[in-house]
Amino acid sequence: MAATALGAYVLTLLWTARVSLSSSRIFPNGDFVGLGQYERLFRNARWLLSLENLAIYGALFIAACLVVGFLLAVFIDQQVSGEGVLRTVFLYPYAMSFVATGLVWQWMLNPELGIQQVARRLGLAHFAFDWIVRQDMVLYTIVIATVWQASGLVMALLLSGLRGIDGELWKAARIDGIPKWRVYVSIVLPMLWPSVSTALILLFVMVVKLFDAVVAMTQGGPGTASEVPAKFIMDYLFGRANVGLASAASIVLLLTVLGIVAPLYYARGRALQRGRE
Amino acid sequence: MGKGRIRTRGAAVTCALALAAAPAARAGAPAPAVAPPLKATVSHWWTSGGESAAIRQFADAFTRAGGQWIDQAVAGADQSRASTINRIVGGNAPVAAQFNTSKQFRDIVDQGLLNNLDDVAARGNWDRILPQTIIDAIKINGHYYAAPVDIHMPAWFFYSKSAYAKAGIAAEPASFNEFMSQLDRLKRAGLIPLAFGGQVWQEKILFDAVFVLVGGPELYLRIYRDRDLKAVQSPAFRDVLVKFKQLRAYTDPGAPGRNWNDATALVVSGRAGVQIMGDWAKGEFTSAGQVAGRDFGCFPGFGPKAPYMVAGDAFVFPKTGKPHVVRAQKLLATVMTAPGPQVEFSARKGSIPIRPDVDVSKLDLCARMGIAIMADKSRQLPNTEMLLDPDLNGALQDVLTNYWNRNETPERAQQAFAQAMKDNTW
Repeated sequence: MAATALGAYVLTLLWTARVSLSSSRIFPNGDFVGLGQYERLFRNARWLLSLENLAIYGALFIAACLVVGFLLAVFIDQQVSGEGVLRTVFLYPYAMSFVATGLVWQWMLNPELGIQQVARRLGLAHFAFDWIVRQDMVLYTIVIATVWQASGLVMALLLSGLRGIDGELWKAARIDGIPKWRVYVSIVLPMLWPSVSTALILLFVMVVKLFDAVVAMTQGGPGTASEVPAKFIMDYLFGRANVGLASAASIVLLLTVLGIVAPLYYARGRALQRGRE
Repeated sequence: MGKGRIRTRGAAVTCALALAAAPAARAGAPAPAVAPPLKATVSHWWTSGGESAAIRQFADAFTRAGGQWIDQAVAGADQSRASTINRIVGGNAPVAAQFNTSKQFRDIVDQGLLNNLDDVAARGNWDRILPQTIIDAIKINGHYYAAPVDIHMPAWFFYSKSAYAKAGIAAEPASFNEFMSQLDRLKRAGLIPLAFGGQVWQEKILFDAVFVLVGGPELYLRIYRDRDLKAVQSPAFRDVLVKFKQLRAYTDPGAPGRNWNDATALVVSGRAGVQIMGDWAKGEFTSAGQVAGRDFGCFPGFGPKAPYMVAGDAFVFPKTGKPHVVRAQKLLATVMTAPGPQVEFSARKGSIPIRPDVDVSKLDLCARMGIAIMADKSRQLPNTEMLLDPDLNGALQDVLTNYWNRNETPERAQQAFAQAMKDNTW
């Protein structure tokens, strides 16, 4: 088992690193060109743009998912009737493939077919919602659609965390006359840290591998405005038959992930340990 | 996968034994010499309605010739090519695999992983009958490494006759300026002048169409074939970029991200005037019951000397030493390039046959026009995929899509174009 894992992860990783140092095109080859592919990569405007896009997207997506997911969890935690139905409704998008739902989002956001057109037919002649065709706004449409998809997952994680909180705490707070929102923000939220950090790591993984939502909604466009690293890698790996450059890009992405996720994991491990003591 | 390989090897052994036993059996008794069918796994990406009807013509012809066609369609050209490469590397190559008539398979040839087709080509007289642009793409170091199956021209103009009538346009444009003024008239008539899908590859098709029509074939070849950086910086190329960008004003706000066939549907319904697209668009008109010349018109550029850009598909035959597989490969190549299947295929695919000696009565008006043009060698022009490696072609697409979609000066685009050419040449 361990040997398989070692073979599958470490060896392929080393192999990718080796290929990224070669001039491989359609086939991996063994020659050595040093860091040539990396130099080329960081001269490539599209790669730099896709990194920048990923950073903006990631920050907005994670923040929005946490806020929306937390609010949904708190809402469901108020002993609302039909809780099971609501939970399913909120979690359902996460179970759906984004290749399918991305198409629906694309239609809704299309200025000629979707929300804008409907509003104009209803008489709002100057209503404009054409973000998906605008260079400066298109990235936010992907944030909206993916937050719709993923916030249910955050809700589920945080709800289980909320249910784990002792009812005595709420009684004590009520006796002390502390307003409910204050209890959530100052007492409950810090206690939820293990759940939040799990959500953070899952969301972060979704950010890094962001690909299908972009392909289904915008194909990286208009122009290159919504390009992301995973799509860059896939394009160069297959369509553009440049395995060397794609491998270099994958290695850069991997290092970025390690740089961010490793401290997160560490913090989470510390928190869990403290919780146990 | 391992099991699969063992099984194929087992089959190969059985086959070899059967072949070895055959002469002995024949010597013993005059048994009817029914050879086992030549099995061929064929990997391709033709999955839409018209496409699969087209490739079925090849499959049927192959069966009639004593073969057995095992279809391995993979949706999506990139995915299909990737699966072919993986299977070649993994030692489980298909008997034949589709590529575009381009530089896409050059690396596989250089690695010595393809069987050549020199004897099929010699028997079929390919040197004489094939267009030079196609020979240049498939004949490498003096050997034929692919069987071409069709010619697509990626930059036809398709226009709606009803839209043109509504805008009061009587004749097809004879120059780029005339084309622009027609677009103005279409706009005034309340129509979408230019049906367009803002996807990177469609932008590239539009650009290359403007490039050959405005800049001329000479500049086109100096830049794409000779990689002449001075030509990229020239005022003539700047003019091409300017005219290309001017077309953007004639597209509608829904264009970005739109699929090509949705754009064609705008022309079919008469909501848009004209689309610049490959001849595969004819399939959309046909399936809507429209007829070329009656409901829609087609022309390949402006005037009787407009260059005809040549693109297309070809099959390659991965290397194998097994004699029955080699025979299957040669039979496939022979069948696919024969006049009969060529016409049946092209009539459904929307392309034109690779050879001129065919019966054109089954083909539509646009295809017949294309065949007539191909007779004039001076009008043939290779498309960019035949001239550029896939990664450079892709990098140039990035430059053009940025120029088209952003508020960017033509000078900046010229610079980026030159930079991409420098960066993507090892």
